[in-house]
Amino acid sequence: MATTVTGDLRTQAAHAHAEPTGLWSWITTVDHKRIGILYGASAFMFFLIGGLEALLLRIQLGRPDNTFLSPDAYNQLFTMHGTTMIFLAVMPLSAMFFNFFIPLLIGARDVAFPRLNAFSYWVFILGGLFLNASFLFHAAPNAGWFGYANLTSTQYSPGLNIDFWMIGLQILGIASLAAAVNFFVTVLNLRAPGMKLMRMPMFVWMSFITQALLLLAFPVITVALILLMFDRFFGTHFYVPSAGGDPILWQHLFWIFGHPEVYILILPAFGIVSEVLPVFSRKPLFGYAAMVFSGAFIAFLGFGVWSHHMFSTGMGPIADTVFSLSTMLIAIPTGVKIFNWIGTIWGGSIQLKTPMYFALGFIAMFIMGGLSGVMHASPPADLQQTDTYFIVAHFHYVLFGGSIFALTSGAYYWWPKMFGRMLDEKIGKIHFWLMLIGFNLTFFPMHFAGLLGMPRRVYTYSAETGLTWLNQLETVGALVLFLAIAAFLYNILKAWAGPRNAPADPWNGATLEWAIPSPPQPFNFAEIPVVHSRDPLWELKRERGGPLPEPARVSGAGIHMPNPSFWPALTACGVAAMLIGVMLLPKLGPWGIIAGGALLLFGVFNWAFEPA
Amino acid sequence: MADTAHAAHVGAHLETHSETSTGLDSRKLAIWTFIGSECLFFASLIGTYLVYRGRSLVGPFPHEEWVSPAGVHFEPILEIKLVTVGTALLLFSSLFVVLALNGAQRGRRGQLLTWLGMTILCGMFFIGMQVYEFTHFVHKGLTIKTNLFGASFFTLTGFHGTHVTIGVIWLITVFILALRRKLPPEKALNLEIAALYWHFVDVVWVVIFPVVYLMK
Repeated sequence: MATTVTGDLRTQAAHAHAEPTGLWSWITTVDHKRIGILYGASAFMFFLIGGLEALLLRIQLGRPDNTFLSPDAYNQLFTMHGTTMIFLAVMPLSAMFFNFFIPLLIGARDVAFPRLNAFSYWVFILGGLFLNASFLFHAAPNAGWFGYANLTSTQYSPGLNIDFWMIGLQILGIASLAAAVNFFVTVLNLRAPGMKLMRMPMFVWMSFITQALLLLAFPVITVALILLMFDRFFGTHFYVPSAGGDPILWQHLFWIFGHPEVYILILPAFGIVSEVLPVFSRKPLFGYAAMVFSGAFIAFLGFGVWSHHMFSTGMGPIADTVFSLSTMLIAIPTGVKIFNWIGTIWGGSIQLKTPMYFALGFIAMFIMGGLSGVMHASPPADLQQTDTYFIVAHFHYVLFGGSIFALTSGAYYWWPKMFGRMLDEKIGKIHFWLMLIGFNLTFFPMHFAGLLGMPRRVYTYSAETGLTWLNQLETVGALVLFLAIAAFLYNILKAWAGPRNAPADPWNGATLEWAIPSPPQPFNFAEIPVVHSRDPLWELKRERGGPLPEPARVSGAGIHMPNPSFWPALTACGVAAMLIGVMLLPKLGPWGIIAGGALLLFGVFNWAFEPA
Repeated sequence: MADTAHAAHVGAHLETHSETSTGLDSRKLAIWTFIGSECLFFASLIGTYLVYRGRSLVGPFPHEEWVSPAGVHFEPILEIKLVTVGTALLLFSSLFVVLALNGAQRGRRGQLLTWLGMTILCGMFFIGMQVYEFTHFVHKGLTIKTNLFGASFFTLTGFHGTHVTIGVIWLITVFILALRRKLPPEKALNLEIAALYWHFVDVVWVVIFPVVYLMK
């Protein structure tokens, strides 16, 4: 058929595949790989900001009765640290991998809705920038990432701080939902021939389950935030006890979202290590089906445990028992996963490369976080631990020791594919050891500080508490973590300055992305592959009796790819403007909302009627 | 491995999706996915309404009379008869949009335009009814600030009304396309997706109507 393609189409295709450069090409791109890089770069920037915030907090706590930060600045920094790391760092870093690798792993040329994908990114970045713009007004959110009512009421938080927080989260929620619809459909509908559901790489499976969680969890916080918005802007009393409202309603709605949210943060990480461990053990993933179903089971149970965040509200023995048991139940599918990872490396021919270091570090750290999690699944234990540093230790072991270690593993693993450059192994291992030591130095003592009664979210402590040396250890740990991230940055810059030296398949990979050049061409696959097994590339290499030849870069003439479009970015501006218009009601009246809405409609209609 | 022809073919359908792994059109799958997500949105709003039912400290109340401390008498505020008519029309509109879709799929332009027009009129009547109801309530002394009933009622039905409004705008867009002969049978899916959304908005009202208006 290639020979029958008209000359006109050929020039069009050649034009489309010339890898355009320049700012405009990035604003209008609908290529899932470029959008993935945009997500990754933005998320890494926010990760650095969030890390800097944490460093300031640790400096403040480095000695008793410190005055480095004011209580108010401390509140703003811990709130922004949590909000940033969850919504602007870990989630979009996962989104980077969804974007770049889901289509590659399932053998597709792009996502189901490329323009919607661009829209998600632009809404995300506008939301992230808006949230951080609060610093310019000295009004960063200051009520914690969970924003408990009625601390967030106009009575107790009259400033702009909470407005920035709720509008920012509302904008980010729209980005997540749009992306979730897109990836849910992509995984179901764009798989290459032969890629049955039970042949999908584990990262795709875990990402797929994550999209389902996003779809079902985000509408709930959307409603919770709408009610808060109405309380603050329109004088309703949803969370105001004096008018009969119930602040606990916020907690229920927030945690019905919030608990699935922690699985949204960790399931992609599970997926990444499930790709890395088999490749560097030279063994297929152990217990594939059990891994799929335990992931689905974790997600399912994740919707039935939210009240374990609320034991201290006094829900009564029945609710406490139910939520305690359902929480402990989650340890079972999680344990299945851990044993399967260990089963995967058991007896394997282990290649100790940097991605493997981080994946192994992930297993160890995540187990520790998981164990402390089971501890406070028990209400009597939780009542002692809640609101102390023990909790802070726990969730950093699962989010940093879990998610961040796995995401870093994924970064080292997939860097050559994304940029065509290898990251340095030696610096990578220095990065790993600094991170492992710094991480444990920072967060392990928090278990003890917490059990000794040190409360969270308090800007200082007195020397008489005897907590000084633990806190000093933690602060030293934070500085080591700073060095670890510096090592990573140096590694990135060094690779950037270096030549494009990465082969298509540097790790002897098992999945489809390693069959195409590094970095991939805009259309990914010159020919859509046909899949016969779970590890299609290993199968191919076995059949050939050796490594595959380096794939050639081809012209791709005749492959129709979607055209770049400006409308997603413009529509995203409309969405953000509309929501920010709500915040500006006292200043602009309804005109901000109307202008944003008009921009949104203009964008949507041009988008809908744009020739594909 | 597929040949280049097949590869080119798959690429050509990235945005039009006539060939997918599940055999379902991606846009249709997407709207179902979105509807699944929206269920949780309305479940949260309805849940909030139910949690606060009967917990308002001051009136006016939905189903009971109330005498204010100043001695002013308030009748039960809901206008069940009017809303029943609106509900019936909204439910009929679901049937109408099915007839319109049938017309679109068979290329019967008259049938398509008639029933799509009827659907839009029903939707507009429903919005009109809600606007009347809201202003009527405000005149009778119930605003979103008055009490928990006002807050949860206006929020729940208001967001439903917003969904109806978006649906009407969407259907009008499709109507204009049909009017300009840009909705041939092979593009009937454009209407089907809008219709799926429309049915969902109706089904949500089927839950809201008894919960808010009939349950005492």
